[in-house]
Amino acid sequence: MQAAIAVRELTKKYEEGATGTLALRGVDLDVHAGELLMLIGPSGSGKTTLLSIMGCILTASSGSVHIAGREVSTLREKELPAVRLANIGFVFQGFNLFPTLTAGENVELMLDLKGISGIPAKKRAAELLDQVGLGEKYGSFPNDLSGGQKQRVAIARALAGDPKIILADEPTAALDSHTGKGVMDMMSELAHKRGRAVVIVTHDSRVMSFADRMVKIEDGVVARPAEAGPVPAGLLVHNVEQTGRSLA
Amino acid sequence: MPPLAQRNLFHDKVRLAVTLTGIVFSVVLIVVQLGLFVGFTSATSNLIDHSNADLWITSKNVPYIEQGVAFSERKLNQARAVPGVADAEKIIVHWTGWKRHDGGQESVQIVGVNVDSPLERPWNLVAGRVEDLKSPDAVILDELYKQKLGVTALGETFEVGGHRARVVGFTHGIRSFTTSPYVFTTFKNAQDYSAMREDQTLFILVKVAPGASVEQARRDLLAHLKDVEVYTAGEFSRMTTFYWMFTTGAGVAVLIAAVLGLVVGFVVVAQTIYATTMDHIREYGTLKAMGAPNSYVYRVIMKQAAISAVIGYVLGMIVSVFVVRASQEGGAAIVMPMPMAAGMFFLTLLMCVGAALVSINKVTRIDPAMVFKG
Repeated sequence: MQAAIAVRELTKKYEEGATGTLALRGVDLDVHAGELLMLIGPSGSGKTTLLSIMGCILTASSGSVHIAGREVSTLREKELPAVRLANIGFVFQGFNLFPTLTAGENVELMLDLKGISGIPAKKRAAELLDQVGLGEKYGSFPNDLSGGQKQRVAIARALAGDPKIILADEPTAALDSHTGKGVMDMMSELAHKRGRAVVIVTHDSRVMSFADRMVKIEDGVVARPAEAGPVPAGLLVHNVEQTGRSLA
Repeated sequence: MPPLAQRNLFHDKVRLAVTLTGIVFSVVLIVVQLGLFVGFTSATSNLIDHSNADLWITSKNVPYIEQGVAFSERKLNQARAVPGVADAEKIIVHWTGWKRHDGGQESVQIVGVNVDSPLERPWNLVAGRVEDLKSPDAVILDELYKQKLGVTALGETFEVGGHRARVVGFTHGIRSFTTSPYVFTTFKNAQDYSAMREDQTLFILVKVAPGASVEQARRDLLAHLKDVEVYTAGEFSRMTTFYWMFTTGAGVAVLIAAVLGLVVGFVVVAQTIYATTMDHIREYGTLKAMGAPNSYVYRVIMKQAAISAVIGYVLGMIVSVFVVRASQEGGAAIVMPMPMAAGMFFLTLLMCVGAALVSINKVTRIDPAMVFKG
């Protein structure tokens, strides 16, 4: 089965003055539809950089990135927004909702980017908010919502583009356990019931049990199993040496 | 598009007020300065533009109407004899002194005309009749200058150039560009008030026969009359306007002030829209991360600029109308013709959209990866 995201020999170097920082070094990784993958690792290990490259927000210094079977690492920067719009939905730690738009309008904004506006957009936005349990909050502004509700609006917005891939950066970091669990339930549903490829960067040990697979990034490389540390039972930790390739 | 532009714009009401204040200030300043320019331009060549003459005959090297040099009035008959000339009349426009009843002295410009000729007559009379100028020592002046000249009612007499003058009528809206009001009288009286010889005139107005070529008549007049210049009314009007507006620097001064108004408006709008953009920079980064092309983000910012322009223009025009109306009773009229008011809308829009380009430059360079920074 073709991977939703396929990364090969990925390297990212940040040029800073006379020296540079190698954020990623030769990363290989596949993510499949229907899978919930978690990227874990200490701060500064390169998790967010990897997520950004998979999300076509950053370009790699070398290596290849395939999104839904299409090579994107050779695309010019101005071609990347279209790839993101067609394939990827983002969920951010800080929710990143537009505070002057209502919950419904936040979702409509994504639909507008997809060329859907007017009554059809309002209808679809209402459906999406319903799906995340916030149908009655259509006209509420983000300031009037709780953290969990904001994140669910963000998920609804991410889904509005009908993406094959959901990338989430610390989606539960700003939430309490109960609320975080609710958000993770939704992420799990997106992967297992709706067939999306879901990649989550997280430090939150409370939510790791939701992962189908965990990949530990350390100093820009995928960690060897011996260095991965204890992991919850039943989880498979991806290791480039052990399996050579991502799960089929 | 969801109302992101409008909501962001109206979200910070203080900043919006600052933006609109800047635009209103700019609009009013530009309207006032351009209105003064138009008013001045009109005032400088009032007499020429309101004459019915096609051609003006002057002495050589007369650069504008207030600088007439006397020449023999015999040239009048010579002019009338030129083919293509339907009518010709003498006219005097000359400075002299007006003595008020309180003993004060004012400078006025005497305009001496043939009352029976349509080539040059006072216009917009609100009191008296042009024909009243035929009575002895009669003068007509604009009601705007009544207080300046110490005139309170029709029939009052004054001393002008050492001769008696009796006020028989008032006009409305005949402004002089200089501080010296026009005072209309007969040609003969004007010669007395100006201390000119009886056989002299300062200008000759010429009306070309219907169907005849103005240019041909001009060439013929130049061929027949010696030591004169012959200008079309349009030419002489432009020369007079150019002298007062540009040679003296008066026009340049108001135009510079108008440009300054534009610059001030531009800077204020650029600064406030930029500040608003920076306040919402994370949102623009999120938009880009979501897959919005740069053009989508530009549209949001441009919409803010356009909305600001429309509201600022409307408010600015309301203030400007009051200012224009108030100026009508003053010495310097501010004129706002409809094309200027319409042009101001596009100028305001251009100013605001141009100011937004500073923000456009900023959002173009947003790194969408910023959205991952908590």
